[in-house]
Amino acid sequence: MDNRTLIAKRVAQEFKDGDIVNLGIGIPTLAANHLPEGINITLQSENGFVGLGPVEEVDPDLTNAGGQPAGILPGGATFDSALSFVIIRGGHVDATVLGALEVDQEGNLANWMVPGKIVPGMGGAMDLVVGAKRVIVAMEHAGKGGSKKILKKCTLPLTAVNVVDLIVTNLCVFEVTSKGLVLTELAPGVTVETVRENTDADFTVSPNCQEMKIS
Amino acid sequence: MAKVISADQAMAHVNDSAVVMIGGFLACGTPETLIDAMVKKGVKKLTVIANDSGFPERGIGKLVVAKQVKKLVATHIGTNPETGNQMNAKTMEVVLVPQGTLAEQIRAGGAGLGGVLTPTGLGTVVAEGKQVVTVDGKEFLLEKAVKADIALIKAHKADEKGNLVFRKSGRNFNPMMATAAEIVIAEVETIVPTGEIDPDEVMLPGIFVDYLVKG
Repeated sequence: MDNRTLIAKRVAQEFKDGDIVNLGIGIPTLAANHLPEGINITLQSENGFVGLGPVEEVDPDLTNAGGQPAGILPGGATFDSALSFVIIRGGHVDATVLGALEVDQEGNLANWMVPGKIVPGMGGAMDLVVGAKRVIVAMEHAGKGGSKKILKKCTLPLTAVNVVDLIVTNLCVFEVTSKGLVLTELAPGVTVETVRENTDADFTVSPNCQEMKIS
Repeated sequence: MAKVISADQAMAHVNDSAVVMIGGFLACGTPETLIDAMVKKGVKKLTVIANDSGFPERGIGKLVVAKQVKKLVATHIGTNPETGNQMNAKTMEVVLVPQGTLAEQIRAGGAGLGGVLTPTGLGTVVAEGKQVVTVDGKEFLLEKAVKADIALIKAHKADEKGNLVFRKSGRNFNPMMATAAEIVIAEVETIVPTGEIDPDEVMLPGIFVDYLVKG
């Protein structure tokens, strides 16, 4: 199984039936394809609707938050950007899943710019991570060239302070607690030592640390 | 009664150095006909307030490519490389704002409020130079209301009174922008006789709309 699918499958296990969820572009979006049986979630799209679904036919008036053609499932609803962020900032989203450039042991997140290199802008990310009840970072453990992304302290401009609840990577799962990162799961075949070699942040290993259950 | 005019006639209201709000989200729900007319007229030194700068050949991006924008206030510029080029060359000023904050700043501008208090952006570069207000022990950023000289919006359908109906994710920032500008020009696909749109179906009351342009 490739890393992206592994991460997406593990993230999908975090959702409860009936959750309202906002998924970021990339690996987070894939999580919707791997929902466990009996779990139905409603996807929120910050450009203005709930009930995001597969594209039935391309409609210029209907895109996802990445500007790509989208679909709305029966029972969905459309609205303006102010209401969209009432939903997001107001705590009406149960979980948001995003990628990260860096995340640190205090739950700080950096995912919107690299000064002097790429400055795409924060879009809705700053509001999402502040407002959602649960913030899940889903990403490959190491960056390009093996660079470390899970740090003691983020070096890039922050998206928000102390907001991340869970980090899911191709190597492991970390819970972010008030006492720092706790390693709770290891991907099949991965050891604590491998995680340590690829992680700058301090972490403790949960006494109940187990292997990720990925089918 | 909203006056029906041509896109070229609408340009009599769009002049050099104007502060212009333009609706749309990655070129979905963007008044493309009005933007084309702005490019044709060649208005310069614009301050544009919008969710994003579209794509080089679609949406607000066309104004950027034609070098008509002096200052851009937006949430995301990653889909238009030309915006980044002009920002790095310092020929255009870019102010990046969290999406939910921009929506509320515009809403506040239209609602007669001085601004809004939001937790979004605390502890990040977005908070630099802004007042932090503590309410019941919780910190918020004071984000000021935003207004414009002119709003160029896009709707699906209008009646002769200017009552508007938006379609799917094309609604986004359009309704709020129509409340926060001195002059509001709505590009619409269809204009129906007054009375054909049920009052309960109106998404933006025609009292906000000065001119209609058939797109």
